[in-house]
Formats: sequence, structure tokens, C-alpha cells
Amino acid sequence: MTVSNCHSMKRVQRLMSAITRDEVAHLARLSRLALADEELDHFAAQLDQIIGAVARVAEVAADDIPPSSHALPLTNVYRPDEVRPCLTPAEALAAAPAVEDARFRVPRILGEEA
Amino acid sequence: MPYDEALERFEPVLGLETHVELGTASKMFCGCPTTFGAPPNTQVCPVCLALPGALPTTNATAIESTIRIGLALNCSIAQWCRFARKNYFYPDMPKNYQISQYDEPLCFDGHLDVEVNGEVVRIEIERVHLEEDTGKSTHVGGATGRIHGADYSAVDYNRAGIPLVEIVTKPVPGTGGLAPEVARAYVTELREVMRALGVSDVRMEEGSLRCDVNVSLMPRGSSEWGTRTETKNVNSLRSVERAVRGEIERQAAVLAGGGKIVQETRHFHEDTGTTTSGRSKEEAQDYRYFPEPDLVPIAPDVAWVARLKAALPELPRLRRGRLQREWGVSDLDMTAMRNADAVDLVEATVAAGAPPADARKWWMGELARRANELVVPLAELPITPGQIARVCALVGEGALNDKLARQVLEGVLNGEGSPDEVVAARGLRIVDDEGELSAIIDRVLADNAAAADKVRGGKIAAVGALVGGVMKASRGKADAARARTLILERLGVSE
Repeated sequence: MTVSNCHSMKRVQRLMSAITRDEVAHLARLSRLALADEELDHFAAQLDQIIGAVARVAEVAADDIPPSSHALPLTNVYRPDEVRPCLTPAEALAAAPAVEDARFRVPRILGEEA
Repeated sequence: MPYDEALERFEPVLGLETHVELGTASKMFCGCPTTFGAPPNTQVCPVCLALPGALPTTNATAIESTIRIGLALNCSIAQWCRFARKNYFYPDMPKNYQISQYDEPLCFDGHLDVEVNGEVVRIEIERVHLEEDTGKSTHVGGATGRIHGADYSAVDYNRAGIPLVEIVTKPVPGTGGLAPEVARAYVTELREVMRALGVSDVRMEEGSLRCDVNVSLMPRGSSEWGTRTETKNVNSLRSVERAVRGEIERQAAVLAGGGKIVQETRHFHEDTGTTTSGRSKEEAQDYRYFPEPDLVPIAPDVAWVARLKAALPELPRLRRGRLQREWGVSDLDMTAMRNADAVDLVEATVAAGAPPADARKWWMGELARRANELVVPLAELPITPGQIARVCALVGEGALNDKLARQVLEGVLNGEGSPDEVVAARGLRIVDDEGELSAIIDRVLADNAAAADKVRGGKIAAVGALVGGVMKASRGKADAARARTLILERLGVSE
């Protein structure tokens, strides 16, 4: 299960080829989105454009440019293990679409077992 | 398929993924407290609720604890690694991703030696990485509380963001019929290592130690590993053992019937000891892992790691070996103490001055019985190692015999005070006044003339009845050995 940056790059290049309806359907399933058949084609074209735009990075990634994931040359930024004030339950739940017994009430999740 | 038959035909290969919630004061990436059992959504903030604009900050103690765990498990420590985003759409994480580690774990390539039936089995450790725990969903409306048939779920995010260490073994082949015992021994040893390090309270019943059990079978004579399943919901040491056994039997039946094992998550059922199918596992690429952009890389200083290594406590297996030698107890007795969670208590009692044999006798006898009756762990009895040591001292100096000592322990357990207070309040001191003991002996000899004659006639075994009479007359407070000597003297008999 080793995925290096190099590997990711190849993946990006592979994705430069047209994204398929099946791939959109798969992503929709992972995102729990119900897409109609005609939407699959619609989004395939859009995703293709996005992936294509991002993949242009690979064009300038020459061998002498090391892969990087962070813009800042920093490591080891930590905070001490100290407790800080929390939100009240009322504040925490204020934006919840639905609340039950001080919990966030969410639709059931299909096709998965908790 | 019966277990023995399954093993004749197949060789099991084990794998264990253990999650340990660290006992830090605050969460992994925010300052919320981590107290177990708090009312729902009282330990949450903009960071662990993923409110817009909130950014994570890494808990220094969690990094240190994870490195110490890695060192205790003989791992190499990464000189540079990153957190990764694991993307998935499920309401137990409000961010729609979990901050975890992927191909750059903080610790890797270690091992843990465990003991099964006196044999040492080395379990190779693949990786130890750090991530955040998820929230807790309660499924409402379904018949069984599981999600199938549930109408909706209610989520409490108190647990979301608690530092969680995942410890993954390499595949463990070659354990044969002992696979269930090896799995249990591994989790037991791991739990003791965590306790020794003081990094987690490792309570399986509260979920601060959770175990996923992977099992696959390969036909005997084959070298190609089979498809594995991952069993979740294994919440006790006994369940670890049962889950492995049950899964070996189930997979053997499927394979023997010409079927195929599906790579999937399965759920263990405590009541039946069997597993049922859960979801098919998502492929690693479905999680679309990428380096976490909100957190900078971790690059542990080599000298600091060396200091942490030098400061590790004595590890449990070495400590058990040392204590066993110091106490002079058998493997069997040591195992019994370990299974009863009595090793620490006996050690503390010995440290408080008690002879090892006496400390073990009380904890594994009277006190284990009492804990059993009350259905509480031994350590939660309302009595301290210091108090046991005091009772041992009173027995040692002849102030108490075992019978009186038991009454003293009972008094302490009933909340009547310290051993000395119980002795005073109940009047439990042994009869050490020779005049008083003599008077009792006179009475007993007079009342038991026939037995006394037998002893005089050379039948020394008959003295037992007379000693018993003295103990009864003194209501247990006489020193039986002293009484025996005095009776024999009085009857003019020598041994």
C-alpha cells in the first residue's frame, strides 16, 4: 500500500484521459449522491475539465523539482496538551438541521453497517 | 465445520488491527476534553465540529505517546512523516474526512513477543500510526439498534477527535490450532504494554481499546494465502479468541463446500460467538488519501526519540519474569495472578512490606473470592495493598492468626476502618496472655478426658481435637501452635 508522490503523479496523468461514466457513478456512490443517467454524462465532462486543468501541473513538474505537499518549510508545530473551553451544547447544535436528545439527527445511511 | 477438522484441512493466517484511544487531557487537534461518558455534544468546538474556518493544531503529548508506543513495540520511528486525509462520506466525522496517516506512519517494523502455554510467539508489527477517533452514532428505529432498518441516526461528537493510535500486525501464519489463543495473548500483552506506558486506560468495555480481527485460511500444503475477512465489534479478550475460532470454522465450511471467501467486514455477535457479513470493504483508493494540507509534517528529533527510548518503563513481560523469580512462584501461579489482574496489587503489597507468599495468598484467596461475589475488579475492592501488608505484619508478629486475619479483612472491606481499628473495635487480638490460655486449656482437658487419655497413651494425633476445643473456647483468638505445645507439655508427652 505504498503510494508515493510519483505514483500520484502517474495517476493524475492517467486521469487526463477522459473520465468515464462508470467513474462518475462510482464517485457518486462514495459521496452518497443519487445521480440520474443523463447527469452522469454531464458531470463526466465537467470533472474531465477540472482534472485536465489540475493535471497541467504535471507539465511543469520536471525531475529537478521535488514534490511538495506544503507551501511552508515548517515541521513539528505542536500545541501543549491543555484543555480549552468548548461550545455549549446549544451553540454546538444551533446549526444542526435536526436535533434529538442533544444529538445531531441525520438521515439513515444506506448500504452500510455502523 | 468442526474446529479440529477445519485445522486438518486449512492453516489459519491471523492479522490484528488494534485501536487505542490515548489518555490525553485534550483532543488530537483541538483543546476539547476527552472525558468518557460526558453528556452528548458537551465536549465539542468549532475544530472537531468542522465549522467553517476552523483549523487543527497537533497535540504534542499525543505525538510523544505514539512514539513511546512505537519504541515499546520495537519499531523504527519515522524521521519525517505526514498526516493524511482519509475521505469518506459518513456522519460520524463532520468534516467528511478523518485525519489519519497513510503511507507514512509515525512508527513501523516492530514486534511484540507474547506467551502462549509457556511458549514465546513473536508477533511482527507492520505499523503504528496516529489518527483521530470518530463520533458515536445511535441508530434509531431499527429492531436491533443496527443500521439496517433504522429510520435515522443521532450523532454525539464528544468522541470525534480523540487521539487514536492504530497498531497493525503483519500477517501471522503458523500458529495452527493455537491461532485463537495467540490472538488473545497478543491483545492481552498489548494492553499491558499500554498500561505500563501510562498512555491509555485501555478499557475494552468503554471502547478505549478496540480490536479488529483478520483471518484467512490456506489449504494445508499450499503456500498461497487465502482471502481475509475483518471482524469488528470484538469487545473483550474472550471475544477476540472466540471471533478467531468462529471465523476459522465458518471460512473452512465455505471453502470445503466449494465456495469463495469475500473480502469484507464482518460483525461479531457476543451471544452466539459467530460473525455476520457487514459492508464490502472500500478499496484504499476510494478513500482518496492525500497529505493533510492543514498540518505541517512531523520530524521527530533523533536525540529526543533516544531520550524517550531510554526513559521507557520496564516492559510487562520482562517485569513478570523478574517478579516471578523474586517471588519464587510457578508459571501456573503467575498466570493465575495475571488473569486475575492481581500482579500489580501483589507487587504493591510486597512493596509495603508483606512476604510475597502471604500477599499472593490473600489477593488470590479471600480477596479474589470477595471481588467475585461483588462482581468488581480486584483493584476496586475498598482495601489497599498497604492495609493487606499491615494484616500480614500482624500475623507475622503473632498478634493474629489466619482466621482472625480474615475477620480483619472483612471489617476493612465493610468500611470499619484500618486493620488496627478493626482489631481494636472487634477485639480480635490473639490470646497472648499465657495465664488466660492456661485456664482455657485446663477447662478443655477437663471436658475432654477421653481425648486427653488417648494422647497420654501415645496417640498424638488425638491432640487435634483438644486444640480445636481451645480454639472454640477462645472463639478463634488463641494461637493454635502455642496451644498445641502447651497441651502436650501439660500431658507430659513429647513428639
